[in-house]
Amino acid sequence: MTRPRRFDRWQSIGLLAALCSGACSTGTVILLPEESGRETAVSVRQGDKEVLLKEPYAAARQTPFGPQAYRSNPDEVQSTFGAALAAQPMRPLQFTLYFVEGKDELTDESKQIVERVFSEISRRPVPDVLIVGHTDAVGTDQLNDALSRQRAETIRAALIAHGIAPENVTAVGRGKREPVVPTAEGVSEARNRRVEIVVR
Amino acid sequence: MPFSSSPVPALIAAFALGLAVSATAAEIGQIKVSKGQVSIERDGRVLPGNVGVRLETSDVLKTGPDGSVGVTMSDDSLLSAGPNSILSLDRYDFDPVTHKGVFDAGLRKGSLAVISGHIAKQAPDAMTVRTPTSILGVRGTEFVVSAGD
Repeated sequence: MTRPRRFDRWQSIGLLAALCSGACSTGTVILLPEESGRETAVSVRQGDKEVLLKEPYAAARQTPFGPQAYRSNPDEVQSTFGAALAAQPMRPLQFTLYFVEGKDELTDESKQIVERVFSEISRRPVPDVLIVGHTDAVGTDQLNDALSRQRAETIRAALIAHGIAPENVTAVGRGKREPVVPTAEGVSEARNRRVEIVVR
Repeated sequence: MPFSSSPVPALIAAFALGLAVSATAAEIGQIKVSKGQVSIERDGRVLPGNVGVRLETSDVLKTGPDGSVGVTMSDDSLLSAGPNSILSLDRYDFDPVTHKGVFDAGLRKGSLAVISGHIAKQAPDAMTVRTPTSILGVRGTEFVVSAGD
């Protein structure tokens, strides 16, 4: 029996690792380009070993030796993940509608945005919509809770009238608790008199 | 249960607190895309994974050899799995007011594409995806991951 020299053993581990990068990989993680240019990162941990992916197509293979960083490309993404990416739901879209002071009546500009909300909903096979009403800081909490709720319900009713199923539209009111523009009590602020709509 | 038929006292209570009222409290997401064979394991039962089905914590989605499925979560994250995949929604908690929460998903095998949502934006590692050999800490936003085979 011949005992392998130390050199050979290291060599064979190196060879094994090289083979493993493809053959015994138990999975892959690839960071994709971010559509809106936001900062993006994913950490890949295997036991006490960690690789941080920060650039588009930065990738890691899981191997018995821990995650191995490499650079992927659009072809690999398409061949391995084409079906998963094709099943990606449409991205949620947000709209903001503004109201006349003290009322549940839309401003003229916002009436036109409602049309865009309708068309966004009709593009989606199973839309669900969240409507959150807000007020400015004029009046009591009680009054603003009711008004914010009324604003959200008015939009909800319009969407239902347009044909979206009632169980797919949720309306809530948050009163004056979440201003876009913080103000003192009692200050009229048009940008806070709004409903925010998320179409999913 | 449709929102409009919620019991009146509950509505008033939620209204007074200014809280979000969801159709069912346990709902965390919805299947938006479903192709080929897709099923959901929930409490030991197997349900068809059709478009429109509302999802709950601990649901396990499975796709067949011709299957794929796309899910939108209530924090606006998007998860979609390719064929021969097993995706578990292990832990999910999202506060629609503060946008804080936790989301732990598991890809036991197959392929998964992720666009992270509000939860991942709020804190590093608030969203994780586990595979049989690794843990991904999601700081944002778009990535793909495969597991097994």
